[in-house]
Amino acid sequence: MKRTLPIVIVFACGFFMIIAFFIPLRGFQDVSQTLQNWYIGVIAFFVFIGIFNLVKVNVDKIQRRLRDWQYNVILLIFLAIMMIAGFVGRPGGGVFLYLFENFHIPLGATMFSLLAFFVASAAFRAFRARTPEATLLLIAAVLVMIGRVPIGYYIWHGFPDLVEWIMTVPNTAAKRGILFGADLGLISMALRVLLGIERSYMGGGKE
Amino acid sequence: MSLILFLVIAGIEAEAYDTPNDDGSSITTTWTTDTKFESFEILRSENPEEGFEKIYEVNKKTSRYIDSQVQGGVQYYYKIKGQSADIELLSEAVGPVKAMAQIFNTGRSNIAICIFILFFAIIYYITRARRGEKLFIRKIPGISAIEEAIGRATEMGKPVLYVPGIMDIDEPETIASMSILGRIAEKTAEYGTPLYVPTSKAMVMSMAQQVVKESAIKVGRPDWFNADNIRYLTDDQFGYVSAVDGIMVREKPATNFYLGKFYAESLILAETGFSTGAIQIAGTALPDQLPFFVAACDYTLLGEELYAASAYLSQEPTQLGSLKGQDFGKLIFVIVVVIGVLTRLLGTEFFYNLFNTMP
Repeated sequence: MKRTLPIVIVFACGFFMIIAFFIPLRGFQDVSQTLQNWYIGVIAFFVFIGIFNLVKVNVDKIQRRLRDWQYNVILLIFLAIMMIAGFVGRPGGGVFLYLFENFHIPLGATMFSLLAFFVASAAFRAFRARTPEATLLLIAAVLVMIGRVPIGYYIWHGFPDLVEWIMTVPNTAAKRGILFGADLGLISMALRVLLGIERSYMGGGKE
Repeated sequence: MSLILFLVIAGIEAEAYDTPNDDGSSITTTWTTDTKFESFEILRSENPEEGFEKIYEVNKKTSRYIDSQVQGGVQYYYKIKGQSADIELLSEAVGPVKAMAQIFNTGRSNIAICIFILFFAIIYYITRARRGEKLFIRKIPGISAIEEAIGRATEMGKPVLYVPGIMDIDEPETIASMSILGRIAEKTAEYGTPLYVPTSKAMVMSMAQQVVKESAIKVGRPDWFNADNIRYLTDDQFGYVSAVDGIMVREKPATNFYLGKFYAESLILAETGFSTGAIQIAGTALPDQLPFFVAACDYTLLGEELYAASAYLSQEPTQLGSLKGQDFGKLIFVIVVVIGVLTRLLGTEFFYNLFNTMP
């Protein structure tokens, strides 16, 4: 029963959603929408579980004085500050917005800006011409980079068109091929889950 | 059946019909004209002679309006009024039109056929596998390397890090990731290697805890399970990345798995993992993120391989049968693509139009 009930619920809800995709009748659409609304409701509930877990794990680390426990103290202090600012401040403004705009956004932007350096280091490794495929990648990358900057046009007027062709023909074909396979894989996995063949997301095992 | 009426009066040709493939809640009006108008008013009445009231106004670029403020079964008539600074023209009334619900969305029938073909191909191969027939499944290096990567972490006495992407459990990649996590947790529990699963969504954390716990019980190591190793960090994309990077730098896991849905954080994670010397296996279905993983990771599961990984790792005949069915479906679709290309090169649109999908 412990395993059968979840599988029955997954089967019933999953197949209903598939059928509702093809049947536009209002009753089907209403039930489909209700199921999706339930999901949103459940998500909202899980915010509290997430915060509870965050506090529990960090308090535990502080109590046990594990390595770098000071950072956990900082995290909990800022969690409390943001929550208090959110509860006492006026909606859409005040201290919460100030903290969000002046701490949260710059910190996120800092992490994002690291991407520029990581792209350079990853490209350096990826573009080493050790195999025929890597050589092809290197040639394509060099052409695209030259064709995307103004100097490429002055070196040879055909560079921008060549780059456009690389991006719209071989590049798009490869991306579509991957998407094509991925979508088939997705349908196949969905059927395995709905039919109860794939159970590892529940920890696997049999009845 | 949709009722379609055409009338040409004073330069505005209007048309009104029951919106196809809907739940009977709307009527679509379209119009064409050679006169330059600034805007158009849509007027509606239940009587063809009188009582027309403006229900909406659109700008000159619009030539279609879906009226969703109608009652099912009631007959309506429509007029379109074109307006500009010096002219106002009214079309003839078109109708009567009733909004009717359709039982089946015919615009999606080609999708239904594709799903049926794949469904029966999978069932067919599962049946063959259950009969004991040995099915050949091509070797996928990225998946084959998973056990080796866990073994490496065990030998080095270091933990394994599993990143299930940054999206919630309603994403197919995340569900696939949870399935693979179950298999990986079995191995790590068997070897007694710590497994860290930092999550960006609380629901994913809850599910991952359950998956890992069940896997530990399955291999007879319930004592190995530590709920604190599967923890929620933050919903924020770059906050999550910095926290996971911190785990990598502090804990130095010997093996990193990035399996799920990733966006801009993919390369930040993979490059940080590379700098710590970990063996890295990644997988996602987003083509835009795959090059980053290919460049920075030792193995990458491309698109469909992510969805196939759990079935492949299980080596159960029924699961492998479903992979074979998927490959058969792929063969059919490849044939369809080739036929589509050839017929279009020959100048015929018939075959191509069979695959046009309406909303």
